[in-house]
Amino acid sequence: MGKTFAEKILSKKSGVKDVASAGKTFAEKLLAKKAGLSHVVPGQIVTVKPDHLLTHDNTSAIIGKIQDELNEYGVVDPNLPVIVLDHVIPAANEKIASNHKKIREFVKKYKIKNFFDAGTGICHQVVLEKGFAVPGSLIVGSDSHTCSYGAVNSFSTGIDRTEAASILLTGETWLKVPETIRITLKGKLKKFVSAKDVILHIIGDISSSGANYCSIEFHGDIGQFSVSDRFTIANMGVEAGAKNTVFQVDDVTVGYLKKIGVKDYNPVWADPDASYLKELTYDISKISPVVACPHNVDNVKPVSELAGTEINQCLIGTCTNGRENDFRIAAEILKGKKVSPDIRLLILPASKTVFENCLKDGTIEILSNAGAIILPSGCGPCLGAHQGVLAPGERCLSTANRNFKGRMGCKESEIYLASPATVAASAIHGKITDPREVRK
Amino acid sequence: MRVWKYGDNINTDMLFPGKYTYTCATPEEIKPHLLEDLDPSFAGNVKNGDIIFAGKNFGCGSSREQPVLGLKSVGIQAVIAESFARIFYRAGINQGLVLIECPDAVKTYSEGDKIQVDAKKGAIVVAGKLFSFPILPNEILAIRDAGGLLAYTRLKLKKTKKVLNPKQHTITR
Repeated sequence: MGKTFAEKILSKKSGVKDVASAGKTFAEKLLAKKAGLSHVVPGQIVTVKPDHLLTHDNTSAIIGKIQDELNEYGVVDPNLPVIVLDHVIPAANEKIASNHKKIREFVKKYKIKNFFDAGTGICHQVVLEKGFAVPGSLIVGSDSHTCSYGAVNSFSTGIDRTEAASILLTGETWLKVPETIRITLKGKLKKFVSAKDVILHIIGDISSSGANYCSIEFHGDIGQFSVSDRFTIANMGVEAGAKNTVFQVDDVTVGYLKKIGVKDYNPVWADPDASYLKELTYDISKISPVVACPHNVDNVKPVSELAGTEINQCLIGTCTNGRENDFRIAAEILKGKKVSPDIRLLILPASKTVFENCLKDGTIEILSNAGAIILPSGCGPCLGAHQGVLAPGERCLSTANRNFKGRMGCKESEIYLASPATVAASAIHGKITDPREVRK
Repeated sequence: MRVWKYGDNINTDMLFPGKYTYTCATPEEIKPHLLEDLDPSFAGNVKNGDIIFAGKNFGCGSSREQPVLGLKSVGIQAVIAESFARIFYRAGINQGLVLIECPDAVKTYSEGDKIQVDAKKGAIVVAGKLFSFPILPNEILAIRDAGGLLAYTRLKLKKTKKVLNPKQHTITR
């Protein structure tokens, strides 16, 4: 194969390998594979055919943009879309109900294979549980938290509605190959310190634009993190501006995929000599529970600094922290105790499957007995749509992923973000509380 | 022409509150709520040809495209920021809204300065000082210049797809 002048000079004079044989990052390898190219470099624009396209309640707006084209050309492939109704479920008003109806009609008309109606779960959890996110896959979705599937080694990233409309028709889109930040996690987490504390700590360190346009790879002692924990971390990659966030396939991933019946996949991982934009290492044995304070996710402080801050509402759940392990740790803290009478504690399971598992093992009963309100698996309170909107002057401590001003429906309210353990401990006292203080 | 100046980390909830995301989709529905939680004076006073200057990470947060659609439909000539969040930047290309990363121009601007923008040549003049910024690659400019992604996709479909009935387009994977 012919080499460019630059490649010849590089390999001859400096001993640097040529572009084709140099070590590659996960993003470089995966995007080359999906673009049908031998290799790609950061900054290169490639045309790719995603394995799946995720859309949710916004499907009605998406198909509304391309009515004529749908009539003429149809959907490029009925297996491509994964449509999950989750953002405002059950419908909060007539307009939303009509949108849902329009989506159900579209699904029938175009024989869309992968449709999950209201109540199945939050779209990202459904993509994981139903086995659409597999190692080495490429998934795009018209939701910013699509980046979550890096938990199982998928390259996944958010796009807008217009792009989703275009992909429904053509099955393809363009991506710029990102530079990569390598993050190594070293050491073992202490009790009541969780994956949520790790990712909040990192975002606090690198800032909410610290990974803009970049891919983030997690390396190091990741065996201690369940797929659920990795999902929490990958979910919040976008809060640092990342294009995608990804973990390597290991025994934990293989075990999880086996449990949900996924067999065929081809993992991709970075070469040991890949080149990175930045390499960061964190000793996670030294991390303590943290809280992201209003109104930015990178405004992170140790929980000890905020202890005693009065709160009005607590939310445990969402796509970030709404899985079995999240509710079990909350139940461990709340067992036999009562939520403060000044607090509404909302429980938002990420899916019906999670809810049922927590029902079977008694977790839901413990939370309910403590005084929690159990919500259907959707996104309502997280984006201020319904079910838990705040009043002016109120404070919410939440396990969600964003604390932007007005995010929970009221711009004169405040949102603090923390782990399920911290939120559970705080719900008992009605004040922000260090979970390590409750169960000594 | 008026210049609107904002700070760092202007997120999508400030540009267009999430509570309206599933009830407002058209420019007419979007406009009254545009920048509602950031600058309540914006929606009533913005005019065709206005420019927005902003700091780092403009448009971070949600993938909702109402902020971009809204800014395009009220006639914002360009948003010039120190940096943009990626989904927002991509949405700018897809809607044909001119987004320019040029930290030096942002830092130089002060209220009342005269501004000229030439997006095609990659140049901004702030108070007589010239700043340049990299022009987008051709394959991306083609999307923006077609009038946005859907217009581009329509052209592509017309060129590449024979007139088949929809059923023949369904490929089994």
